[in-house]
Amino acid sequence: MSFDLVVNVLIAGLLTGLVYGLMALGLSVIFGVVRVVNFAHGEMMTVAMYAATLLFAMLGLDPFVVALPVAAAFFVFGYLLQAGLINPFITRPEHSQFMLLVAVAIILVNALLMIFGPDARNVQVDYQLESFEIGKILVDKARLYAAAAAVLTAAGLFLFFNYSKTGKAIRACADNYLGAKVVGLNVKKYYALTFGLGSVCVAIAGCAMALLVDVTPPLGPAYTLLAFVIVIVGGLGSMAGALLGGVLIGVSEALAGLFITPSAKSMFSFGLLILVLLLRPQGLLGKR
Amino acid sequence: MTKASAALAVLAAILIALPAFVGNYALSVATLILYFAYTGQAWNVMMGFAGQLSLGHALYVGVGGYAAGAIFYHWGIGPWAGLWVAMALCVLLGVAIGFLAFRFGISGVYFALLTIAFAEFTRIGFDHLDWIGGPGGMFLKVAQRDAWDLANFRGPPLMYYYTILFLAAAALALCALLMKSKAGYYWQAIRENEEAAQALGINTFRWKMLAVALSAAMTSVSGVFFAFYYNNLFPEQVFNISRSIEIILGPVIGGVGTLFGPVLGAVLLTVLSDGLTELLALLGWEIPGIKQVFYGIVLLAVVMFLPHGIWPPLAKKLRL
Repeated sequence: MSFDLVVNVLIAGLLTGLVYGLMALGLSVIFGVVRVVNFAHGEMMTVAMYAATLLFAMLGLDPFVVALPVAAAFFVFGYLLQAGLINPFITRPEHSQFMLLVAVAIILVNALLMIFGPDARNVQVDYQLESFEIGKILVDKARLYAAAAAVLTAAGLFLFFNYSKTGKAIRACADNYLGAKVVGLNVKKYYALTFGLGSVCVAIAGCAMALLVDVTPPLGPAYTLLAFVIVIVGGLGSMAGALLGGVLIGVSEALAGLFITPSAKSMFSFGLLILVLLLRPQGLLGKR
Repeated sequence: MTKASAALAVLAAILIALPAFVGNYALSVATLILYFAYTGQAWNVMMGFAGQLSLGHALYVGVGGYAAGAIFYHWGIGPWAGLWVAMALCVLLGVAIGFLAFRFGISGVYFALLTIAFAEFTRIGFDHLDWIGGPGGMFLKVAQRDAWDLANFRGPPLMYYYTILFLAAAALALCALLMKSKAGYYWQAIRENEEAAQALGINTFRWKMLAVALSAAMTSVSGVFFAFYYNNLFPEQVFNISRSIEIILGPVIGGVGTLFGPVLGAVLLTVLSDGLTELLALLGWEIPGIKQVFYGIVLLAVVMFLPHGIWPPLAKKLRL
């Protein structure tokens, strides 16, 4: 096994990990503010991937172009989901919230199965087979663009939460529910807004991921679990933690696939998760 | 109370006499209902009584089933011995998870995700364990359907039906006893307010561990039953998170923390699931996924409009 191969796999894992990170960022932002774990997260991701493949097949649109309208649609979907279904549940026990979102997940994944069937679908664009060559190191173009889109979206979200008035108001709701209410913030509206923004992350991550892997309905639950692993490792509620967790999981998956066997790759992710939960339950970058 | 016990006696009589009146299909549905009633009851000990949310109970079903199954498969020793190994292994696992979680102060969502992680970790581990067949699965020798071989727990559907009926009844009785025992009250105190319970001098760590151990032991028995009833085990299926969700559905729909919630939930969900299959076949709408979509919608409606499950309002109406 040559050194170049390891470096190539490492870079591919890193870039894929950034897309994972964006997906997990959505989950983390939602949990950090609304305190509800979105058990339908991976299913939403899969819906975005299907949207990208469908729009590509019908109109020949590039997934990065499609990402904008899909993100807008997801924002509306997320907003309505929170406003209509989840807001009444925020004071209910955790198992009740869990059941609600599991029901949403079951509906989403099986609706996909009904509409698209069990066969794998993908997007084929010209630059998918091309790569940048830096010496002996090859970087897939599609993977690099996907990672760039993920980083840009994450940066945008970071700026929004830290510098815009609305973003600051959302953080106030997250820090102190009662205090935010006292100063006159419409907390439930901000919760809905947050869920909408979390859904935008998923939409863009999904469109980018459609370039990298074939999509099938069972990918939904698998991505939900993956997103959990990432946010717990990185720190539930921490934005930088989600990206760091994504990169860690992406790289560890890639290396496990190379050195051991691809089918055992997620065992390392779950092993890492168990370790983090036991040694640093708030996650690598989380605070308590 | 007399009204309730009378109703219970009538129900017991109906269930004991049921095989005389129905065919094999209905008997298999009844077996499935009782299986979920029993397993849901086991989960309810941990969540409903002690307030510890486990989303990975498929772990105990799978490990229990595989333990007893492998002992029978490799050495031909029946489940009466394997049962104890299964139970011991699952208690050990539950205690290990509980110890790690409770010692490090992990609770709520984090605890739930830890249980998922252990179940998934084990699933992938078993996929790479050739001794029990790996991803290709483990198959037990199919039973002689006409002879009752009690020593090896092989026999006709009737045998399995009565076994699971006994288990479900025993679990119900055990839970009824527990609810009114010291342990039950301690658990409920911990569930409602752990800090207050601790302040009252309850060793919450020890009582939570007991709930996890008991729940794991009870669930391991479901696993043994599952293995010998279905005769095949695949890691991908038995440890799948959707199995864990299936276990939880009954008690949540019926009513978490109630005695009859898990039973009622199991009946309603199994009947709903089978009813939907029949209805869709009748209408000719046999599109893959359509059944689960309806199932999800019903689930959504129940969780939204009956936050405490179906049993509590029903019991009030029936004045039980």
